[in-house]
Amino acid sequence: MNRVVITGMGIYSCIGKNQDEVRESLLHGRSGIVLDPTRKQFGYRSGLVGLVDRPNLKGMLDRRSRITLPEQGEYAYLATVEALRQSEIDAGYLERNEAGILYGNDSTAKPVIESIDIVREKKDTILVGSGAVFQTMNSTVTMNLATIFKLKGVNFTISAACASGSHAIGLGYHFIKTGLQELVICGGAQEINHYSMATFDALSAFSVKESDPARASRPFDRDRDGLVPSGGAATIILESYDSAIKRGANILGEVIGYGFSSNGGHISNPTVDGPARSLRMALKDAALQPSDIEYINAHATSTPAGDSNEAKAIHEVFGGSLPWISSTKSMTGHECWMAGASEIVYSVLMMQNGFIAPNINFENPDEDSAKLNIVKTSLKEDISVFLSNSFGFGGTNSSLIVRKI
Amino acid sequence: MGIEEKINNFLVEEFEVDPARISPSADLKEILELDSLDYIDLVVVIENNFGIKVDPVDFVDLVTFQDFYDYITSRLNSKEPV
Repeated sequence: MNRVVITGMGIYSCIGKNQDEVRESLLHGRSGIVLDPTRKQFGYRSGLVGLVDRPNLKGMLDRRSRITLPEQGEYAYLATVEALRQSEIDAGYLERNEAGILYGNDSTAKPVIESIDIVREKKDTILVGSGAVFQTMNSTVTMNLATIFKLKGVNFTISAACASGSHAIGLGYHFIKTGLQELVICGGAQEINHYSMATFDALSAFSVKESDPARASRPFDRDRDGLVPSGGAATIILESYDSAIKRGANILGEVIGYGFSSNGGHISNPTVDGPARSLRMALKDAALQPSDIEYINAHATSTPAGDSNEAKAIHEVFGGSLPWISSTKSMTGHECWMAGASEIVYSVLMMQNGFIAPNINFENPDEDSAKLNIVKTSLKEDISVFLSNSFGFGGTNSSLIVRKI
Repeated sequence: MGIEEKINNFLVEEFEVDPARISPSADLKEILELDSLDYIDLVVVIENNFGIKVDPVDFVDLVTFQDFYDYITSRLNSKEPV
């Protein structure tokens, strides 16, 4: 079995458009949440959102590449450029080797709706243009990036709701561990346009604390009232340890555990048992005891039921070992399909730079979060092993463990 | 604005070509680097700019920009409601 390491990362999010900006935001507990009045006018119950600027890729990508790329694909492209650069992977390497891509994405609402609106109006499918079909498929991110970077290895999209990005990394880890691939570009991408989150807003799952956007996302806090939708993309370059050493690559961390489970229950109501099984499986895969985990980047999205159930699951598995815990969604909002990948980037940045990012807005615990060791303000702490949780609709759970080497 | 100027403007905008490379005798597909997918987008920009629906099969016989101007002019002269 191969060891699997991280040799590059890229991030494009509401708290920064590259690793340097994001590291500063995490260190200083800066929120990326704003109130967007146009979402209210559109019909949203909540106008809160993570503000992500849409990049202009003219000059970076040719026309053909740009017209097949939807919003979240643009974010994923930029995150991947940053990650490949850090990993020192160039076009020549990708030409000579069978590098793969496994990326999380679970919607592409805007191009679907806009294309069908054109067909409805003009009664002629050709008028959607040649790029539409490539933007409207759920595999849009992997099909576009595999084409742009001329990848020759494994190539498919993982759709697993808000655990998509985490499962993508978990699968990439297994592809490399078992020797099927030497290098896989993993990650998660999330669109944030008005069409993408309207059906989620319909469930009254979003915070309506609109008077103070930066304080709206408050995972584990007693007075939380829902999540704040957000987006962007995060890319992780996973590589076999031997390949990284051979190339002389800078190793940022080693993926040592992947756990997964399905709740076997309700489509949206969380459980304690499902996440607990995922946590135990990740620990077993990593051959670690609960007390070995120094920091947990929680899934906690700021919903009343979700955070309570995760707190119970963590307490059940980790009990008295009390690892440091924070939910970076307190700053970023819920990056959904991207979150499982971005939160690996955030946690590796903490591990590299000797701090734990705060769970901002955690002012008063509830009965369940009171039992956890939640980091309220930025903490100077060297961590060498962390775990990151991601859960999604349908009861899908994923837990990843990464260590410093 | 004459029809040639209007066509040149939207071709430059859509296909991101240097306007200096466009002339009546220049090769349309070579200058615009058109492939079969681009024919679809040519149909879209013609519809958006002139309100006429054209068939991408018609582009096969067009060689120069002048051919293209003539084709559009002839389609506009026999314009049917869309």
